[in-house]
Amino acid sequence: MKVTEKDVTYVADLANLELSEDERIRMVRDLNSILGHVESLNELDTKDVPPMAQVSDRYGLDESKQGSDRFAYASRNDVHEGLRKSLPHEAALANAPESDGIFFKVPKVIER
Amino acid sequence: MDLTGLTIDSARSAIADRKTSATALAGAFYAKIESDDPKIGAYLVLSKERALSKAAQTDVLAEKGENLPPLAGVPVAIKDVMVTKDVRTTAGSKILGNYVPPYDCTAVARLEAAGAVMLGKLNCDEFAMGSSNENSAWKPVHNPRDLSRVPGGSSGGSAAAVAADMAVATLGSDTGGSIRQPASFCGVVGLKPTYGRVSRYGLIAFASSLDHIGPLTKTVKDAAIVLRTIAGRDPMDSTSAELPVPDYVAELDKPIKRLKIGVAKEYFGEGLEPETHKAIEAAIQKLASLGCEIVEVSLPHTKYAIPAYYLVATAEASSNLARFDGVRYGYRASGVRSLSDMYRRSRDHGFGAEVKRRIMLGTYALSAGYYDAYYLKAQRVRTLLTRDFEEAFKTVDAIVGPTCPTPAFKLGEKVDDPLAMYLADIYTVTANLAGIPGISIPVGRSKENLPIGMQIFGKHFAESTILRVANAYEKAV
Repeated sequence: MKVTEKDVTYVADLANLELSEDERIRMVRDLNSILGHVESLNELDTKDVPPMAQVSDRYGLDESKQGSDRFAYASRNDVHEGLRKSLPHEAALANAPESDGIFFKVPKVIER
Repeated sequence: MDLTGLTIDSARSAIADRKTSATALAGAFYAKIESDDPKIGAYLVLSKERALSKAAQTDVLAEKGENLPPLAGVPVAIKDVMVTKDVRTTAGSKILGNYVPPYDCTAVARLEAAGAVMLGKLNCDEFAMGSSNENSAWKPVHNPRDLSRVPGGSSGGSAAAVAADMAVATLGSDTGGSIRQPASFCGVVGLKPTYGRVSRYGLIAFASSLDHIGPLTKTVKDAAIVLRTIAGRDPMDSTSAELPVPDYVAELDKPIKRLKIGVAKEYFGEGLEPETHKAIEAAIQKLASLGCEIVEVSLPHTKYAIPAYYLVATAEASSNLARFDGVRYGYRASGVRSLSDMYRRSRDHGFGAEVKRRIMLGTYALSAGYYDAYYLKAQRVRTLLTRDFEEAFKTVDAIVGPTCPTPAFKLGEKVDDPLAMYLADIYTVTANLAGIPGISIPVGRSKENLPIGMQIFGKHFAESTILRVANAYEKAV
């Protein structure tokens, strides 16, 4: 598989990146170099190997329990005021590039 | 008394015995930072007000002769990927150049609750993406052992600050070796705990299934003290494990005699520099002389670790970094035509080259038509790599090998070749994929007098075992 400049433009679009002409040329080169190295994974027959998205189910927390029951401790009841108490409005907006004190402000979404 | 050379226990007892005060200690460290950091570049922000008010609290306790908490008055510093309330946190990125977090990272809060004094925030590769600290948007870090060389990355500032006596202990983060590799390059101790051992709440996410927080310290005992302080279930991180935290410090001196130590032949292959090889061999001989049984093991899929890692890590990163859009926090480009133009230009100006490269690779690996061939394939190989460890740990208690194939390289040496930079992580990424703990300890110097690090892996949640082995080695040399 060879990454072309067209692919780079398409993927940059998906990732919400603009990329200058120079960056695009470099990206074609770098992605091809890295993906070339990645090709070695195809030497492995993995059709019967389950994918692993995270590690928590690899260690025996409570082996008498199955599946999601083993992680029941990680869930909690919904509470209005508690752990996830919301930030005060002022603190939540303090880092916003633009706000009106109530909402985050962004450029117009719908063009007439 | 050499105040900036103290370890955690010696600093705490010096304060308890009134030989110094926490305030004087913090002052000595700030003086050291002021004189030495301009040539090293480890610190991005100094949080003097917060530090001195914390130190004053300890001094009140000490004056009354009260029992001091375990890290009372101990000057620490934090990698800039962990958020700190009211103290600017940038993750080494321009996109967060003015970000002042409204809350504290759990690990930082736990250190401070135990009395630690946070001196400031430490330089790192942008969003912890890098192996040399050269991807910091602000400035490079120079290795205190040789200023022409990199300190390693991405926790380069964390390792350099400890090595240069500009903090007693620091926190780093490790997604593919970012604690252990800089610890090795700077000649300090660096510990990546088991996935789930330390809460990630407040760690700015790079790759959530691979990210870990851990300590960098001068001694193995200090690493045990910090780990004991920051470990344990946190309701704010649902992946933090509900398992009791052992007293790692009390277990340090348990005998290591007859422990079975595995040596994986795959970690001694092509690319390992002869001097490093020799130093690791000598360290293994030392462990044998201490009564450990050395056993050869095999981790047959090791050569596939880098490709699998760079697909999984970048895929997760592309998703995690989608949040930087110029709306709620961070940099926003000016003069934009529309909302989507704002997203693009803010991200384009805000992110550095390596971050964009990883977002692109990750987005590509997740995109329609390539998901199965890249992302899913890498996840299947992740299973194989994890099974390698599970198999090996049926016969051994720990596995040792080099932390890095070479000592610290020169600044600028690998900046133009991302693949060469990635390959430097060959021995460290495996522990992140499998979620097992690993510690790097100094085991010697090269002819050029550069530190060489040995890595010790353990089973899930067996931090006590690897700390014990590391401690026994440290005491014997």
